Amino acid sequence: MAEITTLHEAIAGLVRDGDIVAMEGFTHLIPFAAGHEVIRQQRKNLTLVRMTPDVIYDQLIGAGCAKKLIFSWGGNPGVGSLHRLRDAVERDWPVPLEIQEHGHGDLSNAYVAGASKLPFAVLRAYAGSDLPKHNLRIKFIECPFTGETLAAVPAIQPDVTVIHAQKADRKGNVLLWGILGVQKEAVLAAKKAIVTVEEIVDDLKAWPNACILPHWTISAVCCVPGGAFPSYAHGYYERDNRFYQAWDATARDRDTFQSWIKSHILSTENFEEFRRVLQQPIPRGAE
Amino acid sequence: MTAPAYTTNEIMTIAAARLLRNKAVCFVGIGLPSTAANLARLTHAPDIVLIYESGPIGAKPPVLPLSIGDGNLAETADTVVSTPEIFRYWLQGGRVDVGFLGAAQIDRFANINTTVIGDYKKPETRLPGAGGAPEIASCAGEVVLVLKQSARAFVKKLDFVTSVGHLDGGDARSRLRLPGKGPVAVVTDLCLMEPDPATRELTVTELHPGIGKDQIVKSTEWEIRFAEKLKETAAPTTRELETLRDLQRRTKLAHGTLAAG
Repeated sequence: MAEITTLHEAIAGLVRDGDIVAMEGFTHLIPFAAGHEVIRQQRKNLTLVRMTPDVIYDQLIGAGCAKKLIFSWGGNPGVGSLHRLRDAVERDWPVPLEIQEHGHGDLSNAYVAGASKLPFAVLRAYAGSDLPKHNLRIKFIECPFTGETLAAVPAIQPDVTVIHAQKADRKGNVLLWGILGVQKEAVLAAKKAIVTVEEIVDDLKAWPNACILPHWTISAVCCVPGGAFPSYAHGYYERDNRFYQAWDATARDRDTFQSWIKSHILSTENFEEFRRVLQQPIPRGAE
Repeated sequence: MTAPAYTTNEIMTIAAARLLRNKAVCFVGIGLPSTAANLARLTHAPDIVLIYESGPIGAKPPVLPLSIGDGNLAETADTVVSTPEIFRYWLQGGRVDVGFLGAAQIDRFANINTTVIGDYKKPETRLPGAGGAPEIASCAGEVVLVLKQSARAFVKKLDFVTSVGHLDGGDARSRLRLPGKGPVAVVTDLCLMEPDPATRELTVTELHPGIGKDQIVKSTEWEIRFAEKLKETAAPTTRELETLRDLQRRTKLAHGTLAAG
């Protein structure tokens, strides 16, 4: 049953050290505000799952929240590498990070298996690829009907899934539209789910086939306008491409990164205050 | 009339765009493939169906997307489905004619690497990883690859096989029962390569105007083969060049304008 609460309360009550946490959103509706709150509350040893770890996971990894990353494409889209992710994998900074790497078809199917409470997903992929040599959780099975060799990957079942959506009603039913990614599957695969929304309204006015997550599939709904910034919320605001470009320089250097995290996240009360601090120039070098 | 001047990047994009048939259903990777696919849509292939892995089917973006899930892909698409559905019903379901991909490294059988340069555990360069490429490479009806040619990219042995082309050549794909035909062309800034019909080894079949064989030999780590009847790529037409430049101009303007505070 969805409780309508603050983001601070939702993260404090539902995300624990050591949890498997999925934050989904494919370029669109990335739950930045919720990711920041996880950093603010200094969660540790998380196993983070995300098809496309980008700037939000770079921030969580650099802030030392994660011990493991399960993913299928890691980068700053249109810009380049994730420097904090690389530093953690290659130089164990600030803590070592184990990686478990998949392909998109595989990981999206693994969420479907998770939502279906099946132990694994099956797909036609990876014949001849080196990925199964480095990710031993990708296996091959024989189809009992045709004898064909198919890939099998274990279901993803997060302790908590976190997403951002456009709207909820006062009961906590959630509506999202535009590029949907794997958010519905990731919520239904998880034991608990937190949804931040742009607004809470009396009536969702949704069309019959709209993508709705009923309130009883969600643990907490939090109203955080702009909570997907610097990604975008279809119908509300555009992606701030300049933030993604500027992130490359901020994340490249450990000291610059740490002072950014301190001034923008650890020293701010909430996402609204983060947005206020952001109006100021991004710090260059340690304070 | 003299032919218009153009850059090697432009002829690469234009030569790649020409390979896409009108009405083809095309699964598009971000970057160069997306540029070429949209150029095809705006020139000779107005009814091409562009599918992006984030969910849009039949996208007609007015400017090039910066990322694979940009809002203009959703707004202009015939429909937007979830990511699992894209991979299950549309790609694995056999509804994609052409997979259009880039790569960091490629070998003589058009296997590609988008994972690491160097050792997997201690990489020299860590690349973003697989994305949807392994599934596209196995399931799309055919695959077209587009990447700049250099001896660092066209290598004897891949550091990591992310997605398969023709494996070790010959009938390797059909022995593994891969549903798609695999790579049918590799377009670079210097030439067009196609797999040999029997061995499946990449063979240069067209040189871009003004490019010599020696340049290609120098830019390929393996001993590259040339077709007996080597053709020359037709120079870009004024319409192709103007459409491409206009698209890039609009894109730059839009992304600059979109970027807030």
